[in-house]
Amino acid sequence: MNTDSGFNPGLNMATIRQAINETIERVRMPTPTRLRDLIRQIRAAKTQAEERAVVNRECAYIRSTFREEDSVWRCRNIAKLFYIHMLGYPAHFGQLECLKLIASPKFTDKRIGYLGAMLLLDERQDVHLLITNCLKNDLNSPTQFVVGLALCTLGAIASPEMARDLAGEIEKLMKSPNAYIRKKAILCAFRIIRRVPELMEIFLPATRSLLNEKNHGILITGVTLITEMCENSPDTLNHFKKIVPNLVRILKNLILAGYSPEHDVSGVSDPFLQVKILRLLRILGRNDPEASEAMNDILAQVATNTETSKNVGNTILYETVLTIMDIKSEGGLRVLAVNILGRFLLNNDKNIRYIALHTLLKTVNVDISAVQRHRSTILECLKDPDVTIRKRAIELSFALVNAQNIRAMAKELLIFLEKADPEFKAQCSSSMVLSAERYAPTIRWHLDTLLSVLIAAGNYVRDDVTSSTIQMISSSPANEQTYITVKFWDAIQETQDNQPLLQVAVWCIGEYGDQILYDSELEFTNERPTESTIIDLYNKLLWSNQVNTVSKQYSLVSLAKLSTRIKNGQNNIKEIIEMFGSHLNIDLQQRGVEFTQLFGPYKHLRESLLEKMPAMTINRINGANSNGEMIGEGEVIRSNSSDKVVNNGNIRSNTDTLLDLLGSGDDIISSSSFTIPTSTPAPAATNNLLDLLGDIDLGAPTISVNNNNNNNNSATSPITMSILDDNENTKIPDVTTMFNINGSSGGNAQANNSNYDLGDFLSSPTLHNTSAKIITVFDKNDLVITFATSRHNDDYIEVLMSTTNNSMDTLEQYLFQAAVPKSFQLQMMSPTGSVLLPGGVITQEMRVRSNSPSAVLRMKLRISFVCNGNPILEQAEVSNFPDV
Amino acid sequence: MIRFILIQNRAGKTRLAKWYMQFDDDEKQKLIEEVHAVVTVRDAKHTNFVEFRNFKIVYRRYAGLYFCICVDVNDNNLCYLEAIHNFVEVLNEYFHNVCELDLVFNFYKVYTVVDEMFLAGEIRETSQTKVLKQLLTLNSLD
Repeated sequence: MNTDSGFNPGLNMATIRQAINETIERVRMPTPTRLRDLIRQIRAAKTQAEERAVVNRECAYIRSTFREEDSVWRCRNIAKLFYIHMLGYPAHFGQLECLKLIASPKFTDKRIGYLGAMLLLDERQDVHLLITNCLKNDLNSPTQFVVGLALCTLGAIASPEMARDLAGEIEKLMKSPNAYIRKKAILCAFRIIRRVPELMEIFLPATRSLLNEKNHGILITGVTLITEMCENSPDTLNHFKKIVPNLVRILKNLILAGYSPEHDVSGVSDPFLQVKILRLLRILGRNDPEASEAMNDILAQVATNTETSKNVGNTILYETVLTIMDIKSEGGLRVLAVNILGRFLLNNDKNIRYIALHTLLKTVNVDISAVQRHRSTILECLKDPDVTIRKRAIELSFALVNAQNIRAMAKELLIFLEKADPEFKAQCSSSMVLSAERYAPTIRWHLDTLLSVLIAAGNYVRDDVTSSTIQMISSSPANEQTYITVKFWDAIQETQDNQPLLQVAVWCIGEYGDQILYDSELEFTNERPTESTIIDLYNKLLWSNQVNTVSKQYSLVSLAKLSTRIKNGQNNIKEIIEMFGSHLNIDLQQRGVEFTQLFGPYKHLRESLLEKMPAMTINRINGANSNGEMIGEGEVIRSNSSDKVVNNGNIRSNTDTLLDLLGSGDDIISSSSFTIPTSTPAPAATNNLLDLLGDIDLGAPTISVNNNNNNNNSATSPITMSILDDNENTKIPDVTTMFNINGSSGGNAQANNSNYDLGDFLSSPTLHNTSAKIITVFDKNDLVITFATSRHNDDYIEVLMSTTNNSMDTLEQYLFQAAVPKSFQLQMMSPTGSVLLPGGVITQEMRVRSNSPSAVLRMKLRISFVCNGNPILEQAEVSNFPDV
Repeated sequence: MIRFILIQNRAGKTRLAKWYMQFDDDEKQKLIEEVHAVVTVRDAKHTNFVEFRNFKIVYRRYAGLYFCICVDVNDNNLCYLEAIHNFVEVLNEYFHNVCELDLVFNFYKVYTVVDEMFLAGEIRETSQTKVLKQLLTLNSLD
């Protein structure tokens, strides 16, 4: 490198001496293997072990040359080390040598050295500090390629410290007249801002001129940098609003310019730049009608003028659609965008179809009717061989289900469910259940669909499907219950290794066994069951290896219940149950022992304890998505009182324990709890039994916490469920109160009072808090809702909702739901009841935590109840929360 | 933003691994293996996109080589698909009918090509002619 610097005897002498030294070195050291030869050797290795041997030998050799400070072959040795590293072998010992190469004046050395810095270094190593100095030197080098190397390296490995140290240099280089350096520096600035957002200020002035350039490299990097800055802070975003016309002009030039060989990609002029500009426009136009207005024309032009036969054209169209959907664009333009997506759906290229589904999924909330038009195409995509397309299609399909198309959609979706991969079955079946719950046209259809889901998804369904099916059946009219029980009976004749199906089936038979046995008008596809065929089936199930423990638990309880439904055969049932008294599974054994008691000394209790479950109220919130944008994920919280249940488990009376244990529903418990004391001939003995069961019960409370559908499983696994079934009555020892709370059978003044008292009791901490401010949030048709708001130790805001029924009607199934913006978290405690008698009050506590201090609390309310048999839904919005 | 670029052959041998995000060596090796596992099971019927951890992979197969780019979920898949093709066309021009062996024996040059087209995880230069001109100048410096 120094030889051409003119006549200089001193330098010449030095050069000559260096040349001589190098020659001597070369003679003294054997020449190392060339990179090319090493690669050949490694490739020639036939086994992994052989390869490892070659690599180890070479690594040992390279290490030794590093120790001897061999500078002549350093470059070659390091290059070999990279190859070894790329194959997955450790190569960290080369890090310092890379640094030496970077410091070398030779370009070839630097090039390999910087490559090493990008490949071998990681942020946490000390070498990183040393390299910052080298980079600083090279960034100031007069040779553009050296600067270029340093910039590339910085772009790849900049750590926050490095970003701070070198930001000044980069800012200078951004103004360099040399386009090659400039565009690299711009992207380095991008990287620096990514790592340390505060450094953005430094680069702002230098961005001003970027968009006036002709050079595409500078334009694309400039747009990238500005995009990053806009995403970084709202102030900068406003600052850049003024560049919208510039961007529009550049984009216009790109489309109208005609053929330019330099940036042409299959007939489209620089698609990469177009995409970047469209993306920046999207960010600038979001929520800004004025900026959006300025873009409408150009977006329409891009959308209509872009050639769509190739992937490039579709790339641009896709980005255009995203922008149109995201900014405040004209209605006509939006229609155009959805139509483009519709065309995409029909495209032969699977990538384009995938993109279309993906984007439609995002727009489905904005404009559902436009997406509905493409429904049949979307359903077609369920059959696509690519799993990613199927996944998108299934999500989109469920988003499109509504009351009008549910029948047709469900048919298609069930076909899909049947053939779907296991990974889809769980998710898909749960979504099916939700959709059916929301849009079912008739009860029978709903029940049939649930049955089909259980059959199609088999053992892959989640627990919620089983429980909501049982819940649904329990709340159906009697004739439908019989109908579906027959269907389930038929279904389990064919297969018994489908556990969820089996569980629901035995639950049904346990509850409604008498109806299918003795109703003479029923029709069966198979033979009509008799008492003995049913008991035989249970016998088979209970001892089968194919049936899992949970299903056996269901079966055992069901069998016990059946003993009160059938006319003969109690003795057979008793025998079966007695056998479980010595079962290896402790849970089954416990059930066996306990149920045996009901056939022995306590058989007078059996009838009343094993009565039919009352209809379970469905307290699931199923309108979450339809409530609009205010409701974010996870913000609707079910009224779930299971946490209280655990806390209060200890204060329950033993009577309750026994009743819960046997898992009857609310009404039965309340009524039977009146009768037991009088009809019990040996109270002392009862107490023992109760104590015994109570003790067992105390060991179980841990299970209940996660059970949301708290009513569902009560009949099926009584012992463990005794706490979690029917939260309300386990929570409150007072029988009248619980009668009232669940009160599907109405109520009286007495119950009403206790209801009120209970509300008072539960909410007393709040009511006694003098700082609470009370606002009325809803007052319509004699229904008044007030909020008492108070702050709780700066931790959360406590809102006590209190609903008063001033009308003369009883309101049943009262459900209060609330949603808050994403910047808040809402926790809802359980309400004090679900029935509002005339003059009655229900209270419910909510806790609101703020995620950001500046956010203003708003709340959307949804109130549903049944008045004189008519379901009524009210909505309200609260924004006038008092300052607390 | 591009998180990493990988070139692998069907057997999972890495031909290029360019990282724009910090990972330690073990993590890198794990990522390489995972990418290989998700990409090679897919055939021509499948899309060129795979969801991958919190990102997505846009990949394209040329003969026995998979060119994979890992990008953010909000990035334009089709655009990166085109970027891969652009990159491969440059390689093809640069090595005069590129084949896997060219990439094996000249792996350090391939890194230079990447650095000329991408920087800091973003597209830097899209013009093939400009990139090739720069590459030739760089070659002459060696």
